[in-house]
Amino acid sequence: MSVVFDKPHALCDVATHYCPGCTHGIIHRLVAEVIDELQIEGKTVGVCPVGCSVMAYDYFNCDMIEAPHGRAPAVATGVKRAKPDTVVFTYQGDGDLAAIGTCETVHAAARGENITIIFVNNTIYGMTGGQMAPTTIPGQITQTTPYGREPSVQGFPIKVCEMLAQVDGVALAQRVSVDSVPHIREAKNAIRKAFDNQIHKRGFSIVEVLSTCPTNWGLSPEQSLERVRSEMIPYFPLGVYKDAAVWSEKVEG
Amino acid sequence: MEKVLMKGNEALAEAAMRAGCKCFFGYPITPQTEISAYLAKNMAKRGGVFLQAESEVAAINMVLGAASAGVRAMTSSSSPGISLKSEGVSYIAASDLPCVIVNVQRGGPGLGGIQPSQSDYFQATKALGHGDFQMIVYVPASVQETIDMTYLAFNMADKFRTPVMILSDGLLGQMMEPVVFPTVDVQIPDKPWACCGHENKRSHNIINSLYLQPDILEKSVNERYERYEIIKQTCPMAESDFCEDAEIVVAAFGASARVAKSAVNAARAKGIKAGLFRPQTLVPFPVEQLNKACEKAKVVLSVEMNKGQMVEDLRLALNCRLPVEFFGRHGGIIPSVREVLGQIEQIHERIK
Repeated sequence: MSVVFDKPHALCDVATHYCPGCTHGIIHRLVAEVIDELQIEGKTVGVCPVGCSVMAYDYFNCDMIEAPHGRAPAVATGVKRAKPDTVVFTYQGDGDLAAIGTCETVHAAARGENITIIFVNNTIYGMTGGQMAPTTIPGQITQTTPYGREPSVQGFPIKVCEMLAQVDGVALAQRVSVDSVPHIREAKNAIRKAFDNQIHKRGFSIVEVLSTCPTNWGLSPEQSLERVRSEMIPYFPLGVYKDAAVWSEKVEG
Repeated sequence: MEKVLMKGNEALAEAAMRAGCKCFFGYPITPQTEISAYLAKNMAKRGGVFLQAESEVAAINMVLGAASAGVRAMTSSSSPGISLKSEGVSYIAASDLPCVIVNVQRGGPGLGGIQPSQSDYFQATKALGHGDFQMIVYVPASVQETIDMTYLAFNMADKFRTPVMILSDGLLGQMMEPVVFPTVDVQIPDKPWACCGHENKRSHNIINSLYLQPDILEKSVNERYERYEIIKQTCPMAESDFCEDAEIVVAAFGASARVAKSAVNAARAKGIKAGLFRPQTLVPFPVEQLNKACEKAKVVLSVEMNKGQMVEDLRLALNCRLPVEFFGRHGGIIPSVREVLGQIEQIHERIK
């Protein structure tokens, strides 16, 4: 009997706490598949955020550190500088990365830290029950924008890849989605590239993954995927915003 | 051994490197900046990492990362910057990570001033961050002691898997004294808990401070407090001068202890039975040493560069069996020997 489908080794054999229909599971799997394919589990250190993926340390088989809210890029910097031979990735949501952790994100990018960031954008604070995120789309109803996000009051969403594409230390800034099979394939390629960049010391790589939150959006899993296509992708267009090695492999660190 | 003349901040930086510190993350702030400047010049040459962070918050979290990876790591700042680090310190304590944090105190609150102060006593000893935790706090009173305590801080941090603070101040950081660097063989213990890649040889390590089950969280805090109990029994340090027959015990730490010592000497020259008690650790507080130093005391006088902070711990440590008075200057003003002597003389008049 041949095995046609298996769990990646880099994923722990446990049930996750994620809500049914949430696409965190797909993104976790893609990261784990890439770690397996690059055979780097033994030297990988993951850094989890505060937010829905706070317990990702229980789901990845590599060494894992849980960081304070928003500080994952600083924690990752500490690990990478202390042990340059490790492969370090952070896995962060939109509130963590683009609100409370904006400073750490931008400066890790500006330094061209050789780290990989998986940025999960679902336009909402999931773990705390659905409040406005820095990526909440104008008009979107959340617990703290009960009449819809009004830019004249709550300001505009931050487009992270567009912003980081301006930063010299960034080697890869790419936005992908996991709403369909072709998009999932594309997402995996981007994630592989982000890890590959780190292995070859090319600089800071970030992959922004548009993700769903059926629970807090008040939509079914299917409707949620549809919302990614109809509302999120038009506002946050998919694509490669920057792809250029910052450092050549000769550079130390 | 060769004596060299060094500034307190630079001596601390040199001692840190010799004590095996491999990563330093900091942010500029007066009056501690010489620590960063010295390490910027020397760390890379000696195989270490110096990185100027974008903020105090980032710096302490870089320390969290480096400590997680198993290397000796340090950050330093002055009072307002230490406030910003408090979040990270709480996480570091809760994750059982060893590291050294230096506070070269300046006047506060707010932006305060840049002159020496001891007004972060409460912050250092009671609540540098949210939650139930403590950290060992060393308070040097000379440049040589700053060096000695830096070695000690790294060793104790590793031994007890806890953050350790060196509470210096603008006077000790900026002054120069002749010092000797001890020749010690630095022994860094194995850190099987570190997150630096499992190399497919062990199961994955997790460094974490989240426990959603209350009973598990309580257990983890209790386990930490058992360690604190060992620290309390084995780590308190203090120095006493002329306390055997002292009726007036002057208690002071750090820079103010230097002034207090001169005042006690001057009082003795006038025939007043005064003594000096100088805690070298604020956490754990040297309770036993204090009670021994106060066996003949009628009054204890706390001399501090703040509005009266250690005075509370003195009362607790003495269980209020003696009157504990307070004299302090603050805002960056160092009390003069004459002022402190005046306080001692007043007390002497009252009790004789």
